[in-house]
Amino acid sequence: MKNNLNSFPLSDKFIHDFGVYQADIKRYDNEKIALCRDQAFEHFLKIGLPTRNLEDWKNTDLSEVYNESYNHFYHEFEKVEDIDKVFQCNVPHLNTIMLAMLNGRYVSKDEQLKVLPNGVIYGSFEAALQQYPDLVAKHYAKYADYTKNGFTAINTAMAQDGFFIYVPDGIEVKKPVQIVNVIHHEHNICIQTRNLIVLGKNAKLTLIHCDDSYNHQKSLSNTISEIVLGENASLDHYKMQNVNNDSTLINFAYFHMDANARLCSNGLSLNGGILKNNNYVKMNGEGSECNIYGLYLMDRKQHIDNLVYVEHLKPHCTSNELFKGIIDDSASAVFNGHVIVSKDAQKTNAFQSNKNILLTDKAKVNTKPFLEIYADDVKCSHGATVGQLDTEAMFYIRSRGISEHNAQMLLMYAFADEVIQKISIEALKHRLEDMVKKRLRGELSVCEQCVLHCSNPEKEYSFEIDLTKI
Amino acid sequence: MTNEKNHILKEVTNSEYKWGFITDIEADEAPRGLSEDTVRFISAKKNEPEFLLEFRLKAFRKWKEMEQPQWAHLKIPTIDYQDIIYYSAPKKNKELSSLDEVDPVLLETFKKLGISLDEQKKLSGVAVDAVIDSVSVKTTFTETLSKQGIIFCSFSDAVQHHPDLIKQYMGSVVPYGDNYFAALNSAVFSDGSFCYIPKGVKCPVELSTYFRINAANTGQFERTLIIADEGAYVSYMEGCTAPQRDENQLHAAIVEIVAMKDAEVKYSTVQNWYPGDKNGLGGIFNFVTKRGICKGSNSKISWTQVETGSAITWKYPSCILLGDNSVGEFYSVAITNNHQQADTGSKMIHLGKNTKSTIISKGISAGFSNNSYRGLVKIAKNAVNSRNYSQCDSLLMGDKCGAHTWPYIKAENSSSIIEHEATTSKISEDQLFYCQQRGISTESAIGLIVNGYAKEVLNKLPMEFAVEAQKLLSISLEGSVG
Repeated sequence: MKNNLNSFPLSDKFIHDFGVYQADIKRYDNEKIALCRDQAFEHFLKIGLPTRNLEDWKNTDLSEVYNESYNHFYHEFEKVEDIDKVFQCNVPHLNTIMLAMLNGRYVSKDEQLKVLPNGVIYGSFEAALQQYPDLVAKHYAKYADYTKNGFTAINTAMAQDGFFIYVPDGIEVKKPVQIVNVIHHEHNICIQTRNLIVLGKNAKLTLIHCDDSYNHQKSLSNTISEIVLGENASLDHYKMQNVNNDSTLINFAYFHMDANARLCSNGLSLNGGILKNNNYVKMNGEGSECNIYGLYLMDRKQHIDNLVYVEHLKPHCTSNELFKGIIDDSASAVFNGHVIVSKDAQKTNAFQSNKNILLTDKAKVNTKPFLEIYADDVKCSHGATVGQLDTEAMFYIRSRGISEHNAQMLLMYAFADEVIQKISIEALKHRLEDMVKKRLRGELSVCEQCVLHCSNPEKEYSFEIDLTKI
Repeated sequence: MTNEKNHILKEVTNSEYKWGFITDIEADEAPRGLSEDTVRFISAKKNEPEFLLEFRLKAFRKWKEMEQPQWAHLKIPTIDYQDIIYYSAPKKNKELSSLDEVDPVLLETFKKLGISLDEQKKLSGVAVDAVIDSVSVKTTFTETLSKQGIIFCSFSDAVQHHPDLIKQYMGSVVPYGDNYFAALNSAVFSDGSFCYIPKGVKCPVELSTYFRINAANTGQFERTLIIADEGAYVSYMEGCTAPQRDENQLHAAIVEIVAMKDAEVKYSTVQNWYPGDKNGLGGIFNFVTKRGICKGSNSKISWTQVETGSAITWKYPSCILLGDNSVGEFYSVAITNNHQQADTGSKMIHLGKNTKSTIISKGISAGFSNNSYRGLVKIAKNAVNSRNYSQCDSLLMGDKCGAHTWPYIKAENSSSIIEHEATTSKISEDQLFYCQQRGISTESAIGLIVNGYAKEVLNKLPMEFAVEAQKLLSISLEGSVG
């Protein structure tokens, strides 16, 4: 076997810090979780941080990140008193339950964990560790396989906080839950966040998860979300990424679906230095359905790597993936799709689609839509395209007197719109339509404002139609 | 209905390999095992010039440092490279000048295969370079071809008579250290075919070579080199059948194609080596490196393959599209049955401007087999206005088999278009019902559907080959193809 332990300043720091602070890290753990952390750490020592030698990490070069020195966050934590100053998020007409995270820590004016009369619990993961140790231990590291990659291993060992949401059987959370995760620190920081979402039977939840940064310090965020969907549960999951170009976001979402569960995940990546989104979906019950959508608009030297790993374990499940991207300047995009249909999963429908538009000769796309099928009664397909804006469509629009620039915007917007239309919350859809328009015009930047709180007056999109030429 | 289908699938699974027999010819063998001495032995045996021995030794040293690749979706039993005889040649009494002098046992073998050198060469207009166990026994039509300046001979002959061409082109497309099996082949290759089409010549006949692995425990290491000079055209066919045997045999071949300006090379393969018995015992390991380079502008290389045999197939015919406006094509039908495993596909590397490539791959898996398509399409920064279209379909017959698709797509400029599509499904009940409703038996209906499914590729085969390919299709899926 090849020795995979790669030594980098970052992995050395992880190892050192775990050694020094493990008592602190484990202070709220019950035995089961503490054991889990030790085992995960053992694995980390064995496998180290993922490098380009690994198939799933081949096209994402993190060596610069690994050699960067980060202030590491583990036990110390300064409470932000006046969180209103940091978070003023509101999507117009969108009434949400707002949860806030600052540098990977849950922040709230009142109690860390809220229990609603209907039994819904939400709040800090760390608080949940203390108050509901059995519930957390039941799910902790059960879905996020830490033997496979170093980031999951080290997160499982070291992560302390994140958000926790529990929806009991039969409960429908009417208001969407919005999590705003802001990275804002005067130093280069590395944060490890751990989220756990548990939906009981017939439960229903809409979750909006935003990653933002306020300043331009370098940051590395390693986030693991374990998301359990009980029988017949339904989750709408929206993820927005709009962070500065020096931010590296490593995201792992592990979805575990029981029979007839329904998942709709929509990832919108608008800005970020290096974004690596890993979605693992395990369809573990008959009749479940998942829709995974992604839109990425990358420019400058941004890099995005979307991995979607869907495992069909039981019959009669449907999975559907649609990822679209526009890549400008010298940005690069990677799509790793992997659908596995195990031999018992008859009557599976699995579809995979990845479409890319390259705007410049420096932009790059790597796409790998894999299908691995062991059952015969299935309908599976995948498609991948890389191209540019349709010249005929362009001609059609231009022949109607619309300037080249506007025509290009229109076509790009139309391309992106397919993904945006999948959003089922009207207010959020409008908000995002607007953000994508702004993003395409290069007006959406990372500033002091949170993405969802861009208070700039909305500019109407005007077509410069020269009437004299008609 | 289901019972009937099961019955048919069972028949398919149980159909026997029809080309299994062993010809008894005394072989002149190298000692078992691989070392620098073996390499020197082969080189000396073939009376090779110094540069070739150097090439072999470099490859051998490289190979020793390499590891057998593990990335393919294949379960490869451990191969003991020291337990293989790397050279065996049928003993010759004297130089052969006419068919009458060819060993009658050999001729019998060809007859069983349906290739009769004497009759067919005239009737079919095919020049056959028949290869039995590494040494070219008889090359036909050479004289006719040589009038046009075409060189078509065994690799060993080419080494003796055209060493400059060999020196110039051998290893230029597949370097000796390209991969594990290519390095192995470069070190110990025994023979193969060599073809050179001079400037502006369109080869009047379709060149063909039949490979047969014959002596027991002999790995066959073929090496083919095809060079089409400016404006030349050649259609080359390679077909294989091997006798039934219980021990696994290793086959690591290399095919190199060079197409100069305006040249076109069409390479067709029908591969039907022994796939092992229905329990997965025996069969050929087919680890082949095939690559062509479109060196000049407007050149074209086209690969067509029908893969029905071998226990394990590891094969990715590729095109390097270096010249502007060059074209690469890959058409493939791969059928796996019983415990066969295939990991096959194509690589299209676009380097020149306005280059175009097409990949059409049809996989059919039955029994306990695994059939993977693995391909790479890469469009480099300078390959502006390039175009690729890939379509990979898989058909599953039975619930114990697997069909996989592993495409890699890399794009580095904004004026090129890449499209990739793949589907996986079984034969639809609707289609079957439609046929049956019109009085076609299930068996014939499946045959119809499978044939129709593969037609797109079969149509690309030269006439002479298409017949054999269809025969093989029906043997591989016997009981279901009418």
